[in-house]
Amino acid sequence: MPVPEISERFSGSVNRITLGATKENGGTRTSTVTIGGASNVVYGGSSADAGEKPVIAMDVLDSKPEDWPDVLLEPYKDVLDSPGDWAKKCVEEFGAELICVKFEGIHPDKGDKDAAHAIKVTEEVLKAVGVPLVLWGCGNDEKDNQVMPKVSGAAKGEKCLTGAVTEDNYKSLTAIALADGHYLITQAPLDINIAKQINILASDMGFPLERIVTFQSTGALGYGIEYAYSIQERQRIAALTGDKMMAMPVICDVGYESWRAKEAKVTDAPDWGPAEDRGPAWEIATAVCLLQAGVDIIRIRHPRAATAVNNFINQVWQK
Amino acid sequence: MILIAERINGMFNDVKQAIADKNKKVIQDLAKKQTEAGASYLDVNVGTAAADQEGTIQWLVETIQETCSTPLCLDSQKPDVIAAGLKVINTENGVLLNSTPLNKKSDEEVFDKYMEMANQAGPKANLIALTMDKNGVPQDTDTRVAIAAEIVSKAMEKGFDTQRLFIDTIVLPVKVPNAQSQPGNILAAMDQIKYLSDPAPHMTIGLSNLSQGASERSLINRVFLAMAISRGLDSAIADVFDQALMNVVATSDLLMDKQIYSDSFLKVYSSANKG
Repeated sequence: MPVPEISERFSGSVNRITLGATKENGGTRTSTVTIGGASNVVYGGSSADAGEKPVIAMDVLDSKPEDWPDVLLEPYKDVLDSPGDWAKKCVEEFGAELICVKFEGIHPDKGDKDAAHAIKVTEEVLKAVGVPLVLWGCGNDEKDNQVMPKVSGAAKGEKCLTGAVTEDNYKSLTAIALADGHYLITQAPLDINIAKQINILASDMGFPLERIVTFQSTGALGYGIEYAYSIQERQRIAALTGDKMMAMPVICDVGYESWRAKEAKVTDAPDWGPAEDRGPAWEIATAVCLLQAGVDIIRIRHPRAATAVNNFINQVWQK
Repeated sequence: MILIAERINGMFNDVKQAIADKNKKVIQDLAKKQTEAGASYLDVNVGTAAADQEGTIQWLVETIQETCSTPLCLDSQKPDVIAAGLKVINTENGVLLNSTPLNKKSDEEVFDKYMEMANQAGPKANLIALTMDKNGVPQDTDTRVAIAAEIVSKAMEKGFDTQRLFIDTIVLPVKVPNAQSQPGNILAAMDQIKYLSDPAPHMTIGLSNLSQGASERSLINRVFLAMAISRGLDSAIADVFDQALMNVVATSDLLMDKQIYSDSFLKVYSSANKG
């Protein structure tokens, strides 16, 4: 049966964003990453309508992870104590174009490290790699409000993607991201109405809509992926039909969510196949599925998953 | 909702006076303010303000385009006046020709003329066609639908994309004796018109006409607008300065699932609409 040609056209498009500031733009990055720009659904329209290729952000934690399974620790075993070296490894060995520094260790329950630590990590990573950075807080409002403005300041002018802000906690991070020239992640708990509202709230503070990336929350394969998929699809359709409050590129956190799945981390399950394959496979399946809905940045943890998802992206987003 | 802002019309005294004085500022201010209020198109109607309708519509179009790139809706029952407007308009912004009946006693081919002008004006030119023919404005539902069907089939025959077609079911003042059954007939006609093609033609109405001469004009307008939107109306020539009306549009879009809900939905409606 021939595949029908989809000729539907839309009036709007996803905002195009370039992360990272090189020397000419007042930063120290040696490369930039441009995302967004889609003016049709994935596979719809011409190849020009597809916009920029989605990009993988490889996760680097500010502190040695406490709860990662061995399969995931293995590729990073010699760099787990040094975020700078960790980031360097992701870029030089695994080809990362974007690094996501996740400040887990500042969370009151996971080390409660202070702003001085977070600043040091930020500076180390900025020095170690030339790719643009995502700087992501720990999710504890009080601690994020204390520490993340300092992190933002340490990377001032580098055009990083910072966040995430929520409907209940957005003012200080939004203000500092605006002042320091960064981009902002607005986060909603799998709720399209709150997703729109938080964009409006940030916009009301004078933050340009064109500098926002939305995070709808992610569900992994078997753990709510259908909710994440349908919300991301709905946001993409809203962007394409001209809703300026929903026209932002999208980030999703495949790495963290996939490695929470028991299928990814349980080792004592001979019927499930080799443990070293399952985790990366869970990330790959989750990422490839969500990419169909319209996603622009995917956080990934295992290098094998990064390679496979990159291959997929390169095949689908051919020019 | 595709809102066509109604204020640049020679029937209004300030516009009439501006045309007489060649006062550009009044016109340009109206263009700017209506755009900011959320207009998708600005209606341009010379009305009875000048004897030279062709020259006047050209002056209005040029005056607006000096400071504003909102698409214009050229409003005249005379093909020559529309043609004059089209000569000076920037069709790149989009344009809506307003409007033609199916046919007239004096001109059987009037619809074809308007369609041809829209075609000549390029792919961003759309056309409003009235459910009206040489026998006048129909009073019942069935004749309205029959005329709309003929309009749609004529457009299809000529390869005119039905998505460029706006069917205007003609709203009569509710205060006119014996006209009170008309709003109901129009709604019933809309139920059928939306199935005439796939995708459906747009449907529009000259909303303010409904409350002509009546008390509680704004209330009458906005209640009928909400009723009509629920039947598939997706456009109206209306007073975009009527904030209560605009709130009804924003809320109706929400309830028809055309906008994603957010707690600030009223506030963002016009800014999201402006592009």
